[in-house]
Order: sequence, then C-alpha cells, then structure tokens
Amino acid sequence: MVMYNTYKQNAYYDSVTLMLFSSKLASVEGIKDAAVMMGTDHNKSLMMKSGILTEELARSITPNDLVIGIRGEGDDHIQQALKVLEEQFENKRQSVAGDERIRAKTLESAVKQLGNPNFAVISLPGKFAGDEAMKAMKNGMHVLLFSDNVSIEEENRLKDYAVEHQLLMMGPDCGTAIVNGAALGFANVVPQGNIGVVAAAGTGLQEVSVLIGRMGGGISQALGTGGRDVKEEVGGKMMLLALNALNNDPQTQVIGIVSKPPSPSVMQRILNLIQNFQKPVVACFLGGDEKLVAGAGVVAAETLREAASYLVDLSQGRQPQKLPDEDVDGIVAGERAKYAASQRYVRGLYSGGSLCYESMLLLEKEIGGIYSNIAHGEYELKDVESSKGNTLIDMGDDYFTDGMPHPMIDPRLRAERIKREAQDESVAVMLLDCVLGYGAHENPAGAIADAIHAARGSGKNYITYIVSVCGTDADRQNRGSQEKILRDAGAIVMPSNQQAALLAAKILKQKAE
Amino acid sequence: MNGIKDLLYREPVVINEGVELFKEDLVKQGVQTVQVNFTPPAGGNPQLLDILDYLSDPRRKEAIALANQEAVKRVITSHPVLVGYGKALDVIPGMTAKTILHAGPPITWDRMCGAMRGAITGALVFEGLARDIAEAEVLAASGEIIFSPCHEHNTVGSMAGVTSPSMYVHIVKNKAYGNLAYTNLSEQLSKILRMGANDQSVIDRLIWMRDVLGPMLKEAMELAGEIDLRLLMSQALHMGDECHNRNVAGTSILSQALTPYLAQTGFSMQDKVDVFNFILSSDYFSGPTWMAACKCAMDAAQGIENSTVVTTMCRNGTDFGVRVSGLPGQWFTGPSQQVIGPLFAGFKPEDSGLDIGDSAITETYGIGGFAMAAAPAIVSLVGGTVAEAIGFTDKMLEITTDTNPNVTIPLLNFRGVASGIDVLKVLETGILPIINTAIAHKEPGIGMIGAGIVHPPMDCFVKAAQALGQNIR
Repeated sequence: MVMYNTYKQNAYYDSVTLMLFSSKLASVEGIKDAAVMMGTDHNKSLMMKSGILTEELARSITPNDLVIGIRGEGDDHIQQALKVLEEQFENKRQSVAGDERIRAKTLESAVKQLGNPNFAVISLPGKFAGDEAMKAMKNGMHVLLFSDNVSIEEENRLKDYAVEHQLLMMGPDCGTAIVNGAALGFANVVPQGNIGVVAAAGTGLQEVSVLIGRMGGGISQALGTGGRDVKEEVGGKMMLLALNALNNDPQTQVIGIVSKPPSPSVMQRILNLIQNFQKPVVACFLGGDEKLVAGAGVVAAETLREAASYLVDLSQGRQPQKLPDEDVDGIVAGERAKYAASQRYVRGLYSGGSLCYESMLLLEKEIGGIYSNIAHGEYELKDVESSKGNTLIDMGDDYFTDGMPHPMIDPRLRAERIKREAQDESVAVMLLDCVLGYGAHENPAGAIADAIHAARGSGKNYITYIVSVCGTDADRQNRGSQEKILRDAGAIVMPSNQQAALLAAKILKQKAE
Repeated sequence: MNGIKDLLYREPVVINEGVELFKEDLVKQGVQTVQVNFTPPAGGNPQLLDILDYLSDPRRKEAIALANQEAVKRVITSHPVLVGYGKALDVIPGMTAKTILHAGPPITWDRMCGAMRGAITGALVFEGLARDIAEAEVLAASGEIIFSPCHEHNTVGSMAGVTSPSMYVHIVKNKAYGNLAYTNLSEQLSKILRMGANDQSVIDRLIWMRDVLGPMLKEAMELAGEIDLRLLMSQALHMGDECHNRNVAGTSILSQALTPYLAQTGFSMQDKVDVFNFILSSDYFSGPTWMAACKCAMDAAQGIENSTVVTTMCRNGTDFGVRVSGLPGQWFTGPSQQVIGPLFAGFKPEDSGLDIGDSAITETYGIGGFAMAAAPAIVSLVGGTVAEAIGFTDKMLEITTDTNPNVTIPLLNFRGVASGIDVLKVLETGILPIINTAIAHKEPGIGMIGAGIVHPPMDCFVKAAQALGQNIR
C-alpha cells in the first residue's frame, strides 16, 4: 500500500466541487481511499484518521490550502489517480473559463447582467456572507442567507436594514424557501395552494410542506427566518415581517408557523400581531408548551406532522382534527424478537437539524433523556465523535460542516458514522432521515442502503434501521423509488419523521419494560 | 426597491453566491439565475478589509471615482504618434554616459537576475566601457555605473529593458497632452541582449543597429514627420494582434508606413536591403513601438490626486513593480512570478527566469493580455483556448475603470479594451491583471526560451492600497 500527499497553497475550491473530485479519485482502480479537501483543522483530522495525511504535512497546511491525500495499491495507481485529478481541475478550469461570460465575479456585475434581480441566495463562508447580503439588499434584493457562522450583531444589522426597507432577509443559517413556486436552497417540489408557512427551522419547513402535499394541501409561500430569529437578541424581526407578508398575500388563506419556542417577549410580539389576523394560524413551537399560545386564537400543534394536518384541515374549511395513532405493535414485537440482550439503545443520525430536534423531543417524552450535540445541559453530547446511551446527532451542525458540504449534499460522513455505530453492541435501533429535493444529494437512500449493507456485513447484532423520507414523488430523487431502495436494504420506512421517532420509542420502551 | 409585497407577486430573478448546486437547481426550475464566482475581498485580510471599508465611505468613494474617471479619460484621449528616433544619450531625460536604464522597479546589481546581468554586461561591452563580459561584471558591481528604471525616464524597455547611452530609441509624442516617451529598438531574434544573451553576435548586431538601422530610421522619420501610432495599434487589433505577443499585423502596417521614407534616405542600397531584411526577420519589430505608445498614454494619467488607477506595471526579473496615479513617484513591489506557458524544444520549466520586462505597459493600457480575445491566433502560444482568451478579456472589465472606444475588439462587438486598472477593484475581486509575455532563460547569455501567461503578485496591490489608505483623506 502506498500513501501520497500533496497540497496547493492558496487554492480555493468549494466543498461540493471537492466532494465530486474526491469521489472521482476514489473510483480509480487500485485506489483505496482518497480525499481532496480544504485544509481546515476538521478536514485535516478526518484525513489523518483515514491515513491519507501525515501529521508532519498537516502542520504546514492552512485553511486556505488545498490538501490532496491518496492511498492506493501501488505507485502506478497513485499516478493514474493524479492524472484523473488533473483532468478534473482542467475540466473545472475550462468550464469556468468557457462560461466566464455568463458568470459574474462580483454581485455588482451580476446585477448589471440581470438588470433587475430581486433575490440573492448566499452560501459563502460566514465571514464574507454578511457583507454580501448587505450589498444585495442595498441593490434592492431579498436575501436567502444559507451561511452559518454569521454573528448575532451582524444578523441584527442586516435585519434592521431589511425591516426598514421591507425586504425579506431569510437567515443566517436558513436553508429553505419557496417563493411564488420557486424553490430556493433545499426545498421540495410540493403542490401550490393556499397555505403559507413561516419557519425558523429549515428541515421543519421541508417536512411540513412535504406532508401538506401528501395530505392533499398546497403551499402558497414558504419563508424561512433562520433559527436565531425568535431569540431575544434578534427579537423575531423576520418572523414578524414574514407573518405580515403572508397576512397580506392574497394567495395565502391559512398561515403556519414552525419554530423552536420563541423567547417570551418575542412570543408576545408574535401573538399580538396574529391576534388581528383574519386568516387562521397554526403554530408548531417544537418543545414549547401548548399553553403558551392558548387564548390567542392560534391552533397549537405538537409535531410537524400534526401542524401539516391542522393546516390542511383549515385550508379546506374543516375543523382541525387530531390524527389517530397508528398500530405498530406487530412491527415492534417482530423487531424485539431479533435483539441480543446487550442491545438497548437508539442512535439517530440526522442530516436535518429540525428533524433531529423533533425526534429528540418525542423520544425524550417516551424513554427519557437523549444525548445529543443539540441538547443543552445534562444531556449535551460533549464529544460529538462518541455516542453514549441513547444518542441523536445533528450531522448538519457546524462541527461536521467546517470545510465539508452539508450532509444533505454529501452523505459520506454519515455513512461512515452508521458503520461505526453498528459496531456498538448496545445499539438496537438506528434512526435516520433521508431528505430529498432541490439541493440534496441525488440518491441519499442509496448512500444509506450501502452503509446498511456494509454495517450488516461487519456488525455482530441485528439492528433495526428506521428511516423516514422527507420528500415527494415530484422531487428528482422520487420518494417512491427512494423508499424502495431503503426497504430493499432491510430498513423500515415510516411516512413521517414523527412516526419514525415514535416507532423507535415504542421498540425501546417495551424492551426496557 | 422591491418591497416584500412586490416579491410575492413577481417571479424571482436570482443571484446565487456560493454553492453552485443551488444555481443549477434554480435553472432547472426555469428561474433566471446568475452565478457569482465569489472570492474573498482582499484575500480575507482583515487589515486590508478595513482599508477598503475606509475608502468606500461615500465621500471618499466619490472623490476616488471622480479622480479615476479623470485618469482614465486621459488614457483614452491620449494620442501617441511616432515623431522620430534618436540616441538615448541625446534624447532620454536624465541619461548620462555611465547610466544604464533597465526594466522594472529600481534594483541593485547584487539582486539582479541572470538575464538582467547578462544584458547589462553585454551593454557595457557594447558601449566600450568594458573589454569583455568578465570585466563588465566587475565594473557593474563597482558602483561606477548608475542603474535606473526606464520608467523613471519616460522610457520603457522590453524584457531586461537595458538601454545604454548610444542605443537608438523611438521618440513618441502624446499629441493630446504633449508628453514624450521612449523605447529602444527591437533586436528581432531570440538570442538577443534584452533576453540576457551577450555573445559577439549580439554585440555586433547592436553595433549595426547603432550605426545603420537607428540612423536610417531617424532620417526616415525626419522625412515622414509623424506616424499615428494609436490608429495603427487599433488597426492591428482589428487584424488579429494583441500588440504584446502577437505583432504580425502591427509590424506589417508600421513597416508599410515607414518604407517609403526609408527608401528615400541617403543610405546605400545594401544598407537599405539589410534594414528591410532585418524588419522582415521578425514579427516583433513593432513590439517596442506599441510599448512606447502605451507608456506615452499612461504617463499622461500620472499624478491625479485620489486616483487609484494603476499607471505602471513592470518587472525586473526579481521584483514586480506597480505605480499608481494618485501616488506619484512611489513604487509598490512584490516578487516576480514564474511565467506559465509552452517552452521551445529542449528547455524545461526550471530553466525559465522569472517574469521580466516593461512590456506589461501594454496590459496597463488595456491591450496585450487584456485584449487576448482580439488575437485568437496566439492562444496556443500562451497555452490556452479561444474561449479562455475571451474569458480573460471579459474578466478584465471587473478590475478596470472604463473601456477605451479608440481601441476596440471586433470579436466582442467592437467593445473597447478594458482601461484603467483600479487597485481597489483588484483587491475587492481578487482578480489579478493578466499579462502575456515572453520567457527568458534564468542564466545570463542564453536568451528567450518560450512565452506564456503571468500575473503580478497580489503584494503590489496590497501595498498600494495601504498607501492609498494613508493618502486619501
């Protein structure tokens, strides 16, 4: 086995491009492992762990450098891989040079090219994103700011400007919006309709919009605010602006809110605003007390699925009805019969942060504390790399996305983690989300299925894989065929995130009893 | 302003900055989208970002914009004409019998690269100041010879740019602003002084150029009066030259303009035949001429308060130097870079010297690498594709102040060449000016070994911005 390392100084490529390069390299005959990444600390440690970067070289590499690490059977294979890589760089160079004319180097020149753009989607590294967002707004554009690592001061500066000029400033850390039928960022192909949703939770918005479609409803607008908007420090600026916009939007008849519980003062402002709305409002404050909204004329939903169902009821002129519980006892008994005595815990690996959060809340209620990188206090998972007891991990968290694409785009890190968790003899159930739609990987179910096969091959115990697919048949990945891939791999596919989490809870609860 | 109400009625028209996947998905939905290829402004350097921030304050921004408009107006309206030839000692301001002018920013003998040393020692032998190269090296190191940048004498010099007192030079006059510019004569071939070669054949050619070619050109121009270089340069661009590395057309039309007068000089038939054959021997004959024309225009834009327009880009084989209109007399330097491009058979990349010469005055003006789309025939010389050439030419619009309607590119619907490189735009976009150039061997005495593409080091622009931050109040 031969290991080859090199790096290029000050060569910036975005992480999605590099993911494609890496996978091309890894597919070269005789190559065991290969990665091309920007030299962030996180990436360097990943590469060192895989044995494709020496510590010595790692020390001299900065985050602005491009690192190449290849492990292969022989020198010939390495040389072949390097040739392939050179072709990739060349193709990129050619394509960039070739269509230089339909690109722009700066926002200003893009504005000139388009004439009258009204929207900017910004997913630059956090430290540059704020300035670009401000430039976009000064050019009269609404903004979807996908980037994270934007300070709260900067968020306020941007949102104050947005409020003053009546612009939508969605984010930072906002992944999803549907505006007039156009999906921006991560979003699914859902039917158009009369339900408008505002969310401070990206995959929460995706799940609700997908379920609305499946239940026979449709979306007028789906607007994001970024997760911090409803915190005291930001004061719900975008939430309020977006709610007002939906109230004035003639296509919207029913309004949904999806968010973690706002701070008390923000909650008060939201309730004061929607009290005067003629349109019915359904609020899903994940983890919040239903009593919070009591008396404000708002329908409270506990889960994303419930929110979708209430919204569809109201949009079709019905009173909101509680959904009946599903009978999953047969599945529960069947799975339980297959476990060894040591198997007691659930491990959840999520690409969607809100989906992870919803599952955590549901599981907590049924089986007690869940360790997580998004939990606070006693159950906060300090070392994200090692799970303990019942653990749910949001793999879209900053820790995993520093220099790597989001797991909804790049399934590699999660696939590795699935295989690792499967080695743990205390694990009985693995909970996974599979998010489809624009922006997402072309075949996330395939990546999960491969990981399940690999895990089955190496692990001792039978493990139950429960997956829910957040997507529609109109998404390019196609929900039906993605579900089939998962079932063929032996996973149990549940129709919603909530039902997936509840099934896991039931299995583990009965196991514990 | 598009208020939020407007947005909910209107189709989104989107600018995507960052992950390209999002653009592709929008395009699939039929949403009109443009991708911005973002690079961190000022390379993400926080101190520089502060300077850019400071300079983008509306009042300063306005002052800079006005100054830059004035600077670029002077470049565009400059009207260089060839008015004569003469001996360097007789015509170049500040020239003395013991002065050697060289390309690039100021440099001392001990830091000079091989090609520069080769050219200087050759010139000292040519001037009769040393008997041979070995003696010339001792003299050059002695401190007796004054080395000075061409650029500080209204002069430019191709490659090593070595201009010694008795060499003949072009005299170019700016009809619009009255200033003069100078540059020496093309030595044609590749084994030549300016490339660092200095054997007897090189010295002999210089002697012939001093005794026959130079005086004949001088006499011809006395008959001709003036030749409009801006017009010829603009015609050459329409004929497929970019006037830095491709000069086929320019040399034809310049020699067409000169020939009737050369024929009328009092030189012998043999001398005339020799001169015509010399002109015929290389397309590069007019290369220096366009450099002097560009220099003449750029000098007219020097010294405009608050202007951030680059008036000089040049290299001495060790350092790259930049000067800025609003900061007269100051050099901003960084290391010369390796030129990337194909080499003549038998040479390897490690043989090549670093970027050298004042010829980047052509790019500073807006031709050369900036006008590569005008010269598809040379894209292979510099190792690229036609699409890339067009891409480069378009890209230069991002870092310049205006386009020059007097010098246009047919392929781009007769768009004017990008003119007035703005230090601040270079830093904001991270785009460096592109330069087409020749490659000299790194050792003295060998000569040209290839051609390619190179950029200035970002350091020059960083240092210039720091000075601008200090200077603009």
